[in-house]
Amino acid sequence: MNMLERFKVSFSKIFNKLFKKKGACIGIYGPPNAGKTTLSNRILKDWVGAEETMGSVSHIAHETRHAKRRNAISIENNGHTISLDIVDTPGLATKIDFHDFMEQGMSDSESKKRSKEATEGVIEAVKWLDDLDGVILVMDSTENPYTQVNVTVIGNMEARSLPLLIVANKVDLPDADPSVIKEAFPQHPMVPVSALEGVGMDSFYEALAKQFG
Amino acid sequence: MQGIQLDLISEARISQMASMEKVRYIIDEVRKGKILVLEKGLNPMEEAKLIEMTMSAIQPDVFSGIEMQSYPANADGSFLGKIFKRQSSKRLTVIGPANQLKTLKKDRNLISALVSASK
Repeated sequence: MNMLERFKVSFSKIFNKLFKKKGACIGIYGPPNAGKTTLSNRILKDWVGAEETMGSVSHIAHETRHAKRRNAISIENNGHTISLDIVDTPGLATKIDFHDFMEQGMSDSESKKRSKEATEGVIEAVKWLDDLDGVILVMDSTENPYTQVNVTVIGNMEARSLPLLIVANKVDLPDADPSVIKEAFPQHPMVPVSALEGVGMDSFYEALAKQFG
Repeated sequence: MQGIQLDLISEARISQMASMEKVRYIIDEVRKGKILVLEKGLNPMEEAKLIEMTMSAIQPDVFSGIEMQSYPANADGSFLGKIFKRQSSKRLTVIGPANQLKTLKKDRNLISALVSASK
């Protein structure tokens, strides 16, 4: 990004803050199977209603293959209410091999179909980076955080001067270690949660309001 | 003789290319089976574009994508760097075909990779 583009981004950010732009659009990013859709569903359950979900989840990677947007979610924290548009994006990856789906029990044709849809999903997720006001980056706290996907998403937010909140998910698992994520990216706020069990969600909403409110 | 070509690309060479030219060059070379080590590395926007274009190039049984690793950017701590969010460009990026390059370990200061000849 050149100096003029940086100036435009900074000016746009200041302008939005001055005029209290409503309904910031926040993307939920991360590698496949980090728990992005589980977190999205948890947000909807907590603030919209138990009957609405953002998408289905499964242990097979790339279950989410199209971005889904839910507008105007009102989140209350410490007496203040913020309104956010949330976009649940397909998992970012640098490689997709249909053989991996076959190993999960899918047929050859089904695996190739999912592989094709997954590649289109990643392209869609990358394109969304241009239209967001901030990102929630979901990482699996049982995995090494130094992945290219994490580095790319964080780099993009820093280059665009947009806010970022890191979620260290899956803290309910015995080998979870969210402190490794904090040490890896100390320049950004991080919240340890289990989106599946609902652990740490109060801290998450507090951080959400602080970063994007 | 069967082998793997490893190209170490200087900052001077990569700097001469425009962003899209860089991304196309990398995809073309990696699809030929080469492993590239870029002295300067790519900026985050270029990395995102590379991921996007890699997805367009994936073909079953022919090309399953890339393995790419780079270090997190070191923020410019100077006064002007803080104002303009300028990032250090001195980053190194390793890119290769996903079926030949496996990352064994990566942290803030080390990338350890296994290069395999089997496709």
